[in-house]
Amino acid sequence: MSRINRLFISRWGPVLTGIAIGILAPLLVYWGNPGNMGVCVACFTRDMAGALGLHRAAAVQYMRPEIIGFVFGALGASLAYKEFRPRSGSAPLLRFFLGMFSIIGALVFLGCPWRAYLRLAGGDWSAIAGLLGLVVGVVIGVVFLRRGYSLGRTHPAPQAVGWIMPALMGLLLFFLLAAPQLGRDANGDPTGPIFFSTAGPGALAAPIAIALGVGLLIGFLAQRSRFCTVGAIRDVILMRDSHLLNGVVALVVAAALTNLVLGQFRSGFTDQPVAHGNALWNAAGMALSGLAFTLAGGCPGRQVFMSGEGDADAGMFVIGMLVGAGLSHNLNLASSPAGPTPYGPIAVGIGLAFCVIIGLTMREQVTA
Amino acid sequence: MSDAYTVDASGLSCPQPVLLTRQALRDRARDTIAVLVDTATSRDNVRRLAEREGCQVDVEERPEGGYRLVLRR
Repeated sequence: MSRINRLFISRWGPVLTGIAIGILAPLLVYWGNPGNMGVCVACFTRDMAGALGLHRAAAVQYMRPEIIGFVFGALGASLAYKEFRPRSGSAPLLRFFLGMFSIIGALVFLGCPWRAYLRLAGGDWSAIAGLLGLVVGVVIGVVFLRRGYSLGRTHPAPQAVGWIMPALMGLLLFFLLAAPQLGRDANGDPTGPIFFSTAGPGALAAPIAIALGVGLLIGFLAQRSRFCTVGAIRDVILMRDSHLLNGVVALVVAAALTNLVLGQFRSGFTDQPVAHGNALWNAAGMALSGLAFTLAGGCPGRQVFMSGEGDADAGMFVIGMLVGAGLSHNLNLASSPAGPTPYGPIAVGIGLAFCVIIGLTMREQVTA
Repeated sequence: MSDAYTVDASGLSCPQPVLLTRQALRDRARDTIAVLVDTATSRDNVRRLAEREGCQVDVEERPEGGYRLVLRR
């Protein structure tokens, strides 16, 4: 094993990855991404759902290169270090719905855990409620884990199964670059098949090559170091192991410092970019997300990275997120800077009930 | 290793391999425990736990894929 690789496998791995993300994410904002949204797996999946026309919220339609880069970066790392292993079979349909509910919760808060930490590092204190909710969700997930919750074993699968997600990302990259906008509506605006916001957060984006490059780098580093923003909380609660949490702390510190240097740090609870101050639903949305991520074995970033390693069950989770993001906007579940919608909280309630049922009933007898 | 208690954690999601290993280390009076995992991530996580619990860890690659960690107190 090369010295650099040994470093990433060591206890410094998550820290170095966190530092890299903490510097690069605010830079992506500086280069054009929306405020405090240098990297957000939930928001970006939602933007990609919009690009594909799975929802028609005009302000959030863009095929985010970062996510594509994440998958390819993780793919590259796993191939280079012989960790690419096509596998499937661990309750894929349940993972699809966990992915769906996880993003419904995240879009009520307006961010995934990555963005919660980045909002914090940008001075957006409304993220604190979200992070508290995230911890609550993870704690509930840990209770289920301790009681023997399991989605069952995954099994080795044929190569094609492992390459589907990278191939899909290749197709999405093609759509981003070719930008087919062939239809016109009555106003003369493009109606797809691939959508690009002309206003709103979907219109705010760093240049494609930079966003893709950053995604590739983060995907590579995160695959090597097993970076996971939910495992960070889970392992401290479960085992008093701060290996992953160190990475998250490094991320927040590095991002805060980078934001300060770039003049992007703005302290306050209100009027923050792409955020609302409804503490209850910030917390509840993230609680649903945190529980769903814990039940699925990792944060949304980790699910994306694992889908690049050949894990088709993680791939199902990511597809569930994509569909959930489309539904979130079509069914008016997603919040706006004005706050939650009337229906988002109902969906959070349904999602929590689903996760609790899964947590209580999925106790496949796993005898050692 | 005929008398090693074996924990079969292959194919299980994070954090189960570590949870099962920790349970085995606490429940068993045995000095030697073998843990089967299928990914490098699980291998590294179990190894880290075992070393923290004061075990000596030997890792071997399994011919059918995956790894077998032998934990000795």
